[in-house]
Amino acid sequence: MSFNITISTGLNMPIYKQITDQVWLAFVTGKLAVGDQLPTVRTLAEDLVVNPNTVARAYADLMRDGLIESRAGRGVFITRKRKVFTREEGWRRLEPLIDAAIGEAMTMDFTHQELREAFEKKLGQWKHVKGGN
Amino acid sequence: MNEQPVIRTQGLTRYFGAKPAVYDLNLEVPRGCVFAFLGRNGSGKTTTIRMLLGLLQPTRGEGSILGHDIRSLPPEARARIGYLTEEHQLYDWMRVKECGGFQSQFYPRWNEKIFRGVIGHFNLKPTARVKDLSRGERAGLCLGLTLAPEPELLVLDDPAMGLDPVAHRSLMESMVYLTRRSDRTIFFSSHQLADVERVADYIAILDRSVLRMCCSLETFRNSVQQVRLRFPGPPPPLPDIPGLLQAFRAEGELRLTCVHYGATTEKALRALAPAQMEMVPLSLEDAFISYLGERGEKSFILSETEAQP
Repeated sequence: MSFNITISTGLNMPIYKQITDQVWLAFVTGKLAVGDQLPTVRTLAEDLVVNPNTVARAYADLMRDGLIESRAGRGVFITRKRKVFTREEGWRRLEPLIDAAIGEAMTMDFTHQELREAFEKKLGQWKHVKGGN
Repeated sequence: MNEQPVIRTQGLTRYFGAKPAVYDLNLEVPRGCVFAFLGRNGSGKTTTIRMLLGLLQPTRGEGSILGHDIRSLPPEARARIGYLTEEHQLYDWMRVKECGGFQSQFYPRWNEKIFRGVIGHFNLKPTARVKDLSRGERAGLCLGLTLAPEPELLVLDDPAMGLDPVAHRSLMESMVYLTRRSDRTIFFSSHQLADVERVADYIAILDRSVLRMCCSLETFRNSVQQVRLRFPGPPPPLPDIPGLLQAFRAEGELRLTCVHYGATTEKALRALAPAQMEMVPLSLEDAFISYLGERGEKSFILSETEAQP
């Protein structure tokens, strides 16, 4: 597996979030595919030298969001079988992220047009990831 | 899960002369967790640990460890506790393996495999003389001696102090490895927030002899939040914001760090009519420093029960 999780301390992002973000990123960029196996909680904890509860917390979040599943006695696998968020919940989570990005951009004097183009360009780069349909 | 805490103190206080070293300490350490005990030098951590282990009589207050009163700890209970002191006291003339042989005589249960495993992990030669060991190697040896009797409660007094990066990593790995036994509790004091972030489930902070916080690491991170308000012009004067720890004012911007951030705080902030308002994630260190800073001095105590607004 070409996929490797690394964590740092002292960041403004908790370790469990660093783990979930990296698994998501690996999935949406194609480094991890449905059916791929993740290390067990114990293995990853000892590998990263972090409290196993932190890894368990990250895995619980990924499970809740439908990206991984635990198969009894076999381990943890990437899955993508259900839509976890309702549309409304999805929007509720997405909106602050968009607001934050636009807010940052405005303080750096980007124009609306530049933003639109940047957004389109980014979407193009992520084309190979299937949208939520 | 309603298990008795492994360590519990109530009003635990110790004076040295007229000066309190530990004042009115209420601590609860749940079984099976990794508990970080933080505070600056001289804040009373070692005094607390010595009281917990029955090595120092409290001036007043109570405490129990593994269900026993700390004023009358029976040897049977002591044998279930592993205590790593700050000083790493060892006999200089012994060899590494002799230290193990000597120590093992005091414990009915002694796991030689663990002892060898730990000293091996710290790259110690069994035939090396103690007097020739570096600080990190001494730490490894002491850790081996502490772990070999397989204690159910580990009390480590500043185990990371003075360790080089390699020995320090070995220590952290050992601590993570120790959580394999789920009923084992690790209570360690530290200055290293990075270590705390890696391994701790719970944290307590002593600040100038007084407990300032005792809750899970996650509760702490969720409770101390920074919010950034943007204004088209100069920011308005600040009214009383509940839980405000720190305020930073810049052109067209207010940055506020608050504890117990919740609906009340948010309402008070919205009333300032900012053009934009967003949460700014904080590192553990920034959250700590804000929490222990001037403004928050002694006015808040975070605990598990009152953390949620």
